[in-house]
Amino acid sequence: MLTKRIIPCLDVKDGRVVKGVQFVQLRDAGDPVELARFYDEQGADELVFLDISASHEGRKTMVDVVKEVASELAIPFTVGGGINTLDDMKKTLRAGADKVSLNTAAVTNPNLIAEGANFFGSQCIVVAIDAKFDQEINTWRVFTHGGRKATDRDVISWAKEAVTLGAGEILLTSMDSDGEKKGFDLALTKAVSEAVTVPVIASGGAGNAEHFADVFFEEGKADAALAASIFHYKETSVHEVKEYLKERGVLVR
Amino acid sequence: MLGIIDYGMGNLFSVSKALERLDVPYFISDDKEELMEADALILPGVGAFKDAMSCLNDTGLSAMICSYVESGRPLLGICLGMQLLFEESEEHGLTKGLSLLPGRVVRFSGKTANGEAYKVPHMGWNLLSFQKNGLLTENLQDDYAYFVHSYYAQTEEDVIIAKSIYDKEVPAVVGKDNVYGMQFHPEKSSKLGMQLLNNFTQLIKKG
Repeated sequence: MLTKRIIPCLDVKDGRVVKGVQFVQLRDAGDPVELARFYDEQGADELVFLDISASHEGRKTMVDVVKEVASELAIPFTVGGGINTLDDMKKTLRAGADKVSLNTAAVTNPNLIAEGANFFGSQCIVVAIDAKFDQEINTWRVFTHGGRKATDRDVISWAKEAVTLGAGEILLTSMDSDGEKKGFDLALTKAVSEAVTVPVIASGGAGNAEHFADVFFEEGKADAALAASIFHYKETSVHEVKEYLKERGVLVR
Repeated sequence: MLGIIDYGMGNLFSVSKALERLDVPYFISDDKEELMEADALILPGVGAFKDAMSCLNDTGLSAMICSYVESGRPLLGICLGMQLLFEESEEHGLTKGLSLLPGRVVRFSGKTANGEAYKVPHMGWNLLSFQKNGLLTENLQDDYAYFVHSYYAQTEEDVIIAKSIYDKEVPAVVGKDNVYGMQFHPEKSSKLGMQLLNNFTQLIKKG
């Protein structure tokens, strides 16, 4: 049977991992390859690298990071952030990434999903959705530009459209839960997971191992769960989360 | 030296990096004569069956692969590369494969026998259970491998070296004589994947 995946997410700026990663035992906590190896050894099933470089040079550096990670590690990884064209996808995937994640660019130009899926296959194309509940429309609204810009799309129909266009996976971040450490947004995750035929990665809100169990069981129905700070700040480890999940009867590697 | 077949559909980078980590000398080529000289061949592949077969047929690589196999040297197909070894696939209309292994490649229905929906593609880590012993599976124990695919092979029991369960029984490692296939990505499957690739490269020495 297929296992549930635990995915640490690393923010990369100009080739360095940023946003408060606390690993004293590493020689260099900002080195993406060293951190990737650390998480691999802990039992991470996959990794996500989010490129937050603003400059052209920073983006070029990201391709080198991707090459280096792919040379060193034998687990799959996704690269997101700043991927706007088919050419960006080509560069990233040819450098050795297994998947690319599209967010704002997919909303602005949905055809990009189809272009990528036709060229590389759906399994390479992840559509990332930033979701925030909106009482006015009584459902979740899609936000873009790192959560700064509201769109007129609702999350469920956008997720369905993305899959129809060729998305092979949905990376779903709850803006309401993100950073709160009170658990994943179970209602959101379940609603999207039931609406689409492809795997859904839940993101935003992980605070402890129990939260992962919640999002994998009936309440959340997620196929994978992503977290950043609780792993980076060593509040828990991938290994600890997996041990807990095993006790609770969740199938993990 | 081991040859990796470059026909425009492969995830060549990760496969070649995995071989480098194993210290196995290799070359990447689309040249039939050069590939024909290899001690073993890897047929990688990501994408659609029909496009891949068109590429292989148009370039004459299909015929080369078949005569290579007749020479008795080992061939390994990975992911789509494994599916291409079978007789046919129903992806985007029925397409003829290389017919080096018996069987047909079909799509996961997305519905269990009880009518419950399940996710397609089959994406993530799944347990391999080894069905028989051989050179490829030497010193290996059941462990997890990383899969990403929407189609799977329906084949004869004696071809299946390892299987996984995803609604149906999914042939994960297949093999017949000197033709081998892995449905998952060994180059992305951590320790077990590297061991399997290593065992494959050992076939070169053992003949």
